[in-house]
Amino acid sequence: MSDVRLLTDRFDPAEELAAFTAAHPQAGGIVSFLGQVREGGGVEALELRHYAPLTLPAMRELAEGVRGRWVLDGLLVVHRSGVMVPGEPIVFVAAAARHRRDAFAAADFAMDHLKSESWFWKREKAGGEWRWIEPRAQDFEDLSRWA
Amino acid sequence: MAARLVFLGRLEELAGSGDAALALAAPLNWQALVERLSAEFDPLLGEAICGDRVRVAINGALVAEKQALVLGDGDELAFLPPVSGG
Repeated sequence: MSDVRLLTDRFDPAEELAAFTAAHPQAGGIVSFLGQVREGGGVEALELRHYAPLTLPAMRELAEGVRGRWVLDGLLVVHRSGVMVPGEPIVFVAAAARHRRDAFAAADFAMDHLKSESWFWKREKAGGEWRWIEPRAQDFEDLSRWA
Repeated sequence: MAARLVFLGRLEELAGSGDAALALAAPLNWQALVERLSAEFDPLLGEAICGDRVRVAINGALVAEKQALVLGDGDELAFLPPVSGG
């Protein structure tokens, strides 16, 4: 089973990883990725908006797709919505597998698809002003690696 | 009769808020809807929602061809610009 969550409050990735690891003692390898709000560039805050009827169902579908593509013992996807400050975690993905290559690939695939296909809209606050962020071409290039 | 409109991402700025109620005298087709939004919100909003990269969802389900949708009483219509997550 996969654990897929959309959170509106701050979470602790170390705690999540510890619980996930404890739940999968049979896995030979666990790969995790943490995305956090970058410090610098004058960014004071970042906000992610989601649309409830679509966002979590699509994240669950993505997790199912990942499970269908690689042999995993477990998959964890945690994604924030709401206002975050620099240094705050945004997204955390962990994949547990018998063999490390499956775990690396599954986490990588999940992240590329979360970044470019999930129903989130991002804006940044700098100099006291909010500005919506357009998608990056790099995100689509990352996605095309899996075609 | 009324429908609820939800504006995501930068469309919220053009609409002036993230959601709005739209009074309906009768079901609205896409063209009539675009005209209403241009007149009642901002002509730029009407233009933006016609863009190829803006998807729509009606009552939580993505619409394959937005030009063919009909908005009725009690419907929730969401306008979804390109995503920029993570």
